[in-house]
Amino acid sequence: MQSRTLRYVGKRLLQGLLTIVAIAGINFLLLNALPGDVVDVLAGEADVADIAYLEELRARFGLDQPLHQQLLSYLGNLAQADLGYSFRYNEPVLDLVLGRLPATLLLMVSAIILAAFFGIVLGVTAARFANRLPDTLISVLSLLAYATPVFWIGLMLIVAFSIKLTWLPSGGFSTVGANLSGLSYVADVARHMILPTVTLALFYMALYTRIIRASMLEVLQLDFVRAARARGMTRRGVAYAHALPNAILPMITMVGIQVGHILGAAVLVETVFSWPGMGRLAVEAVFQRDFNTLLGVLLLSSVLVILTNLIVDLVYARLDPRIELG
Amino acid sequence: MMRLVQNICARSALVALILGLWSVAYAHSAQAEPQHGGTLTFAANPEPPMLTSALSTAGPIQWISGKIFDGLVSYDFDLDPVPELATSWVVSEDGKTITFTLRDGVTWHDGEPFTSADVAYSVMNIWKEIHSRGRNTYANVESVDTPDDLTVVLNLSAPAPYIMNALASIESQILPEHLYAGTDPQTNPANNAPVGTGPFKFGEWERGNFLILERNENYWDQPKPYLDRIIYRFIPDGVARSAALEAGEADMSVLSTVPLPEIQRLGELDHLDLETRGYDYHSITAYLAFNLEKEVLADVRVRQAIAHALDLNIITNVVWLGFGTPATGPFHHNLDKFQTDDVTIYPFDLEKAEELLDEASYPRDENGVRFSLSHSYLPFGQQFVSLADYVRQALSKIGIEVETVNQDYGTYVTRVFTDRDFDITTFFANNQSDPTIGVERFYWSGNFKPGVPFSNGAAYQSDEMDAILERTRTEIDTDARRQAFVEMQQLAMKDLPYVPLVWVDMVTVYNTRVKDHTTGALGAYSNMADTYIEE
Repeated sequence: MQSRTLRYVGKRLLQGLLTIVAIAGINFLLLNALPGDVVDVLAGEADVADIAYLEELRARFGLDQPLHQQLLSYLGNLAQADLGYSFRYNEPVLDLVLGRLPATLLLMVSAIILAAFFGIVLGVTAARFANRLPDTLISVLSLLAYATPVFWIGLMLIVAFSIKLTWLPSGGFSTVGANLSGLSYVADVARHMILPTVTLALFYMALYTRIIRASMLEVLQLDFVRAARARGMTRRGVAYAHALPNAILPMITMVGIQVGHILGAAVLVETVFSWPGMGRLAVEAVFQRDFNTLLGVLLLSSVLVILTNLIVDLVYARLDPRIELG
Repeated sequence: MMRLVQNICARSALVALILGLWSVAYAHSAQAEPQHGGTLTFAANPEPPMLTSALSTAGPIQWISGKIFDGLVSYDFDLDPVPELATSWVVSEDGKTITFTLRDGVTWHDGEPFTSADVAYSVMNIWKEIHSRGRNTYANVESVDTPDDLTVVLNLSAPAPYIMNALASIESQILPEHLYAGTDPQTNPANNAPVGTGPFKFGEWERGNFLILERNENYWDQPKPYLDRIIYRFIPDGVARSAALEAGEADMSVLSTVPLPEIQRLGELDHLDLETRGYDYHSITAYLAFNLEKEVLADVRVRQAIAHALDLNIITNVVWLGFGTPATGPFHHNLDKFQTDDVTIYPFDLEKAEELLDEASYPRDENGVRFSLSHSYLPFGQQFVSLADYVRQALSKIGIEVETVNQDYGTYVTRVFTDRDFDITTFFANNQSDPTIGVERFYWSGNFKPGVPFSNGAAYQSDEMDAILERTRTEIDTDARRQAFVEMQQLAMKDLPYVPLVWVDMVTVYNTRVKDHTTGALGAYSNMADTYIEE
């Protein structure tokens, strides 16, 4: 069993590696199809008036080479874990991207946990009271959360909690210049995290609520549930201890599939709350034609997605013994 | 529509009135004693790529860099130089030598003395070689003499009167020779953590998040600066910047980086006010450029017709919500030393426009269309989107069908200035502190350079214009130089390669506890040594 799992993981990692190389190549070509390069944007912003200077810059950045040569040298550098240099930020891309990764991971992981927790509680509650008042209320709320654009929810939360009530900061990662350390720093970051996390989580919470409700309704009809009830367990006990583990698989599937999607939604949340994450870096890199940085972000994102999918599959096998890895 | 216009006019008049009343109050309170201490927080966007204006003139860099570095001079509201690192200067009678006497006892933030060698190095190795505008501004500088530590002499091959208008720290920045000499300036690590002579020292920069400047305890102009630190918080979303100002988490934002409708609303709040002064060094004019390489637009009557079809009052009051003045010529009225109203004007007149088009033999077809044009607008804020809608609507009335092209910045710059795949384009540009530096580039035939953003995109070529411009470059008599610029503006409005649309007012939003933030032409781009916070 153990060696079988290892072999499976190894195979998946190898496939993942090939996928990543293919993604990097395709991304490179796609981005270079965009009109304009980083020199055009830098020159436009700085009122550069000298064509010779622009050519100097292009030569310095290696943009004067033919495209296939640029691609080859990019892939060659990649093989040595060198993601290139950002001419926009005057920094190696790897440092730049790794510097932003923790903030994005923190936001994503806490949003997924929040969404999953409340998704399960609300979904189970709705299923237990199907077609009665709690179910109706939960359904209406989750529909609203599902249908409202993420950035709008974010702005409304800022208006309510930062401007009107002044309970929470309107953005940023921590209080700038406060020089906090230890627990007070953690508390400060946590305060800054609340609004972005809630904003990002709401959509997924709504989704998970709907999924859990549907699959719980199905499972609650099964014989083993009736048997558990007949043995005298409470309704709530049955729901959480027996029905939920059987109803949770569809949600796990969604979490796995949606990691890429959450990265996308994080872009909006990071922008609205000026959260110093990878998503914002990616968006700014598109407009600035800072392709090395953008390729770095996309590469890291694809690694994240591939790893998460692998983990989800492993969790799957653990939760449902009928599923075999192979 | 008309009612809306009137309404907005009334509102902007009200804002102007409030501003006026407030500036009376301000003048009074400015006499209060400045206080030491406190932190000034900017809501900033976009984040600069690095922090050294000597190497890149992008606005977001200047705004931070101008506090770390002092210039040889700064400029008052009339754009006249006032001493900073130079205590005096003399321009010789033939205009071919400029001598600066430097301030004694100034040190760099790392403790090294500031001397004439730093200035000489910066002129010859940075401004003349690398600085994007400096390559033109200082082209006539042949050598720099440094007879002693506090004297700098620029030797010019021909007079360059605009140099005296280009010496602010954000434009002509003096770098420390001891850190730059013998290195590649472009990749010098000091570019991201500069060592300057200014009132604020580089503190900490967390990319994508914030940047902190700390008070320079050894500043030459004691007891200034008053602030302990300046924090720039990089907030990418316009509405979020507005929220940070409203919640009091940020004290200031400059250059209209909050959406204009939000600015109007913020200005009405108790703790926030608006300031439109302090942009004389960054006078922004919005233009419509014609691609003269297109046959239709090569006919001046067509260009005149289009000018007659655009109501600049609507553009100013509806598109720019009253934050600006309808333009009558290519120089922003902040440049009043050079600007004239004595030019051909094109009042809003649809009949006249139709007549001109008929005369140019572009009759309407069975659908009422004379011809169609593709319009690329600068993707920079909501104003240009509204402007594009207005242009399409306005020109349709005279039978010109406009196809609006919406694209991002990189695509726009490439399409218009490299591929030249456009008929008309709207954009705004910084007129700088001298028309030779800021406006000439659009009209001089030598600056028709496909591949260079914001060059002579119209492809306008006129020997007469070139001759006038060459005069303005070397004329050292102030009145004669102004006269040459007057002729230049008259010709520009007669030939009409560009329709100047609006002299835009840029807006600073600030918390009323921040005092003396706008004390000269550089506004919030100045070193802010005078700024203090009243608790």
